[in-house]
Amino acid sequence: MNHYETVFILNPVLSDTQIKETVQKFEDYLVSRGAEMISKEDWGLKKLAYPIQKKKSGFYHLLDYKVAGEAITSFELEFRRDDSVMRYLTVRLDKHAEAWAEKRRERVKSSKK
Amino acid sequence: MASTIEQQAKGNKQGEVRYLTPLDIETKKEAKYCRFKKNGMKYIDYKDANFLMYLVNEQGKILPRRLTGTSLKYQRKVAQAIKRARHLALMPYVGDMLK
Repeated sequence: MNHYETVFILNPVLSDTQIKETVQKFEDYLVSRGAEMISKEDWGLKKLAYPIQKKKSGFYHLLDYKVAGEAITSFELEFRRDDSVMRYLTVRLDKHAEAWAEKRRERVKSSKK
Repeated sequence: MASTIEQQAKGNKQGEVRYLTPLDIETKKEAKYCRFKKNGMKYIDYKDANFLMYLVNEQGKILPRRLTGTSLKYQRKVAQAIKRARHLALMPYVGDMLK
Protein backbone atom coordinates (compact mmCIF):
# COMPACT_ATOMS: atom_id res chain seq x y z
CA MET A 1 0.00 0.00 0.00
CA ASN A 2 1.37 3.37 -1.00
CA HIS A 3 0.07 6.82 -0.23
CA TYR A 4 -1.15 8.63 -3.36
CA GLU A 5 -2.91 11.84 -4.17
CA THR A 6 -4.77 12.69 -7.33
CA VAL A 7 -5.81 16.10 -8.57
CA PHE A 8 -8.23 16.21 -11.46
CA ILE A 9 -10.05 18.94 -13.34
CA LEU A 10 -13.66 18.45 -14.37
CA ASN A 11 -15.39 20.13 -17.24
CA PRO A 12 -17.00 23.44 -16.14
CA VAL A 13 -20.19 22.85 -18.16
CA LEU A 14 -21.29 20.03 -15.83
CA SER A 15 -24.05 20.61 -13.31
CA ASP A 16 -23.47 20.29 -9.57
CA THR A 17 -25.15 16.90 -9.35
CA GLN A 18 -23.15 15.58 -12.31
CA ILE A 19 -19.93 16.66 -10.62
CA LYS A 20 -20.88 15.02 -7.36
CA GLU A 21 -21.76 11.84 -9.24
CA THR A 22 -18.44 11.81 -11.12
CA VAL A 23 -16.37 12.37 -8.00
CA GLN A 24 -18.40 9.70 -6.21
CA LYS A 25 -17.81 7.34 -9.14
CA PHE A 26 -14.03 7.68 -8.86
CA GLU A 27 -14.17 7.29 -5.12
CA ASP A 28 -16.27 4.16 -5.39
CA TYR A 29 -13.88 2.77 -7.94
CA LEU A 30 -10.94 3.29 -5.58
CA VAL A 31 -12.78 1.72 -2.67
CA SER A 32 -13.69 -1.26 -4.87
CA ARG A 33 -9.97 -1.71 -5.53
CA GLY A 34 -9.35 -1.90 -1.80
CA ALA A 35 -8.26 1.69 -1.27
CA GLU A 36 -8.34 3.44 2.04
CA MET A 37 -9.64 6.99 1.52
CA ILE A 38 -7.80 9.53 3.65
CA SER A 39 -9.29 12.82 2.57
CA LYS A 40 -10.84 14.67 -0.30
CA GLU A 41 -10.90 18.33 -1.13
CA ASP A 42 -13.10 20.36 -3.39
CA TRP A 43 -11.34 23.47 -4.64
CA GLY A 44 -14.40 24.56 -6.55
CA LEU A 45 -14.45 26.36 -9.87
CA LYS A 46 -11.01 27.77 -10.60
CA LYS A 47 -9.68 29.77 -13.48
CA LEU A 48 -7.15 27.87 -15.58
CA ALA A 49 -3.75 29.39 -16.29
CA TYR A 50 -4.25 28.57 -19.96
CA PRO A 51 -7.24 27.23 -21.91
CA ILE A 52 -7.76 23.46 -22.03
CA GLN A 53 -10.24 22.14 -24.59
CA LYS A 54 -11.18 25.77 -25.19
CA LYS A 55 -12.41 26.11 -21.60
CA LYS A 56 -11.04 28.79 -19.33
CA SER A 57 -12.07 27.32 -15.99
CA GLY A 58 -12.64 23.97 -14.35
CA PHE A 59 -13.70 22.20 -11.17
CA TYR A 60 -10.66 21.05 -9.22
CA HIS A 61 -10.86 18.04 -6.94
CA LEU A 62 -8.24 16.36 -4.80
CA LEU A 63 -8.33 12.77 -3.56
CA ASP A 64 -5.94 11.45 -0.95
CA TYR A 65 -5.81 7.68 -0.47
CA LYS A 66 -3.77 4.60 0.21
CA VAL A 67 -3.90 1.83 -2.34
CA ALA A 68 -1.70 -0.91 -3.78
CA GLY A 69 0.39 0.33 -6.69
CA GLU A 70 -1.21 -2.00 -9.26
CA ALA A 71 -4.57 -0.26 -8.92
CA ILE A 72 -3.20 3.06 -10.18
CA THR A 73 -2.91 2.14 -13.88
CA SER A 74 -6.52 1.00 -14.05
CA PHE A 75 -7.62 4.03 -12.02
CA GLU A 76 -5.92 6.39 -14.47
CA LEU A 77 -7.54 4.48 -17.32
CA GLU A 78 -10.90 5.44 -15.79
CA PHE A 79 -9.87 9.10 -16.02
CA ARG A 80 -8.91 8.74 -19.64
CA ARG A 81 -12.22 7.04 -20.45
CA ASP A 82 -14.28 9.79 -18.84
CA ASP A 83 -14.88 12.74 -21.15
CA SER A 84 -15.70 15.13 -18.33
CA VAL A 85 -12.15 14.93 -16.94
CA MET A 86 -9.96 17.53 -18.59
CA ARG A 87 -6.72 16.85 -16.68
CA TYR A 88 -5.55 14.55 -13.95
CA LEU A 89 -2.32 14.02 -12.05
CA THR A 90 -1.53 11.22 -9.62
CA VAL A 91 1.49 11.54 -7.38
CA ARG A 92 2.90 9.08 -4.88
CA LEU A 93 3.71 10.83 -1.62
CA ASP A 94 7.05 10.24 0.06
CA LYS A 95 7.57 10.75 3.78
CA HIS A 96 8.15 14.50 3.50
CA ALA A 97 5.10 14.92 1.29
CA GLU A 98 3.00 12.90 3.75
CA ALA A 99 4.04 15.21 6.57
CA TRP A 100 3.13 18.18 4.38
CA ALA A 101 -0.24 16.67 3.49
CA GLU A 102 -0.94 16.06 7.17
CA LYS A 103 -0.32 19.72 7.98
CA ARG A 104 -2.42 20.79 5.04
CA ARG A 105 -5.38 18.72 6.25
CA GLU A 106 -5.13 20.30 9.69
CA ARG A 107 -5.01 23.74 8.14
CA VAL A 108 -8.11 23.03 6.05
CA LYS A 109 -9.91 21.68 9.12
CA SER A 110 -9.07 24.71 11.24
CA SER A 111 -10.01 27.17 8.49
CA LYS A 112 -13.45 25.53 8.15
CA LYS A 113 -14.24 25.97 11.84
CA MET B 1 48.07 74.21 -23.63
CA ALA B 2 50.87 72.26 -25.24
CA SER B 3 52.81 72.30 -22.03
CA THR B 4 50.01 70.64 -20.05
CA ILE B 5 49.79 67.79 -22.57
CA GLU B 6 53.54 67.35 -22.32
CA GLN B 7 53.35 67.36 -18.59
CA GLN B 8 50.67 64.70 -18.64
CA ALA B 9 52.67 62.59 -21.05
CA LYS B 10 55.65 62.78 -18.74
CA GLY B 11 53.51 61.44 -15.97
CA ASN B 12 52.92 64.54 -13.97
CA LYS B 13 50.81 63.58 -10.95
CA GLN B 14 48.93 66.89 -10.99
CA GLY B 15 46.03 65.71 -13.16
CA GLU B 16 45.58 62.37 -11.42
CA VAL B 17 42.93 61.81 -8.77
CA ARG B 18 44.51 60.52 -5.59
CA TYR B 19 42.91 59.54 -2.36
CA LEU B 20 44.50 59.64 1.05
CA THR B 21 41.90 57.32 2.49
CA PRO B 22 40.55 54.36 0.47
CA LEU B 23 37.10 54.92 -0.94
CA ASP B 24 34.28 53.31 0.99
CA ILE B 25 32.77 51.10 -1.72
CA GLU B 26 30.85 47.98 -0.81
CA THR B 27 32.49 45.17 -2.73
CA LYS B 28 31.08 42.21 -0.79
CA LYS B 29 27.83 41.00 -2.24
CA GLU B 30 25.08 39.78 0.00
CA ALA B 31 25.58 36.06 0.45
CA LYS B 32 22.98 33.87 -1.25
CA TYR B 33 21.35 31.10 0.67
CA CYS B 34 18.98 28.28 -0.06
CA ARG B 35 15.58 29.29 1.28
CA PHE B 36 14.45 25.66 1.58
CA LYS B 37 17.47 24.58 3.58
CA LYS B 38 17.23 27.64 5.79
CA ASN B 39 13.54 27.21 6.56
CA GLY B 40 13.71 23.44 6.82
CA MET B 41 11.17 22.89 4.04
CA LYS B 42 11.48 19.27 2.97
CA TYR B 43 8.72 19.17 0.39
CA ILE B 44 7.78 21.65 -2.29
CA ASP B 45 4.08 21.52 -2.99
CA TYR B 46 2.98 21.76 -6.63
CA LYS B 47 -0.52 22.74 -5.47
CA ASP B 48 0.72 26.02 -4.02
CA ALA B 49 0.98 28.06 -7.19
CA ASN B 50 1.25 31.39 -5.36
CA PHE B 51 4.48 30.31 -3.73
CA LEU B 52 5.93 28.82 -6.91
CA MET B 53 5.40 32.16 -8.63
CA TYR B 54 8.42 33.46 -6.68
CA LEU B 55 10.60 30.94 -8.51
CA VAL B 56 9.71 31.90 -12.08
CA ASN B 57 10.35 35.04 -14.09
CA GLU B 58 7.61 37.17 -15.63
CA GLN B 59 7.41 34.91 -18.66
CA GLY B 60 6.79 31.90 -16.47
CA LYS B 61 10.27 30.43 -16.92
CA ILE B 62 11.95 28.70 -14.00
CA LEU B 63 14.59 30.98 -12.49
CA PRO B 64 18.15 29.60 -12.44
CA ARG B 65 19.92 28.62 -9.26
CA ARG B 66 22.45 31.39 -9.70
CA LEU B 67 19.70 33.96 -9.18
CA THR B 68 17.62 32.33 -6.46
CA GLY B 69 20.47 30.69 -4.53
CA THR B 70 18.53 27.43 -4.17
CA SER B 71 20.69 24.37 -3.55
CA LEU B 72 20.83 21.74 -6.27
CA LYS B 73 18.83 19.23 -4.25
CA TYR B 74 15.91 21.63 -3.89
CA GLN B 75 16.21 23.15 -7.35
CA ARG B 76 15.36 19.72 -8.77
CA LYS B 77 12.29 19.58 -6.55
CA VAL B 78 11.33 23.12 -7.52
CA ALA B 79 11.55 22.22 -11.20
CA GLN B 80 9.45 19.09 -10.66
CA ALA B 81 6.81 21.01 -8.71
CA ILE B 82 6.57 23.80 -11.29
CA LYS B 83 6.18 21.30 -14.12
CA ARG B 84 3.40 19.51 -12.24
CA ALA B 85 1.67 22.82 -11.54
CA ARG B 86 1.86 23.69 -15.24
CA HIS B 87 0.28 20.39 -16.21
CA LEU B 88 -2.67 21.11 -13.93
CA ALA B 89 -3.05 24.64 -15.33
CA LEU B 90 -2.23 26.13 -11.94
CA MET B 91 0.67 27.95 -13.64
CA PRO B 92 1.10 28.95 -17.25
CA TYR B 93 3.57 27.28 -19.61
CA VAL B 94 4.09 30.61 -21.29
CA GLY B 95 3.08 33.90 -19.82
CA ASP B 96 3.60 37.59 -20.08
CA MET B 97 3.71 40.25 -17.37
CA LEU B 98 3.13 37.75 -14.57
CA LYS B 99 4.72 40.08 -12.05
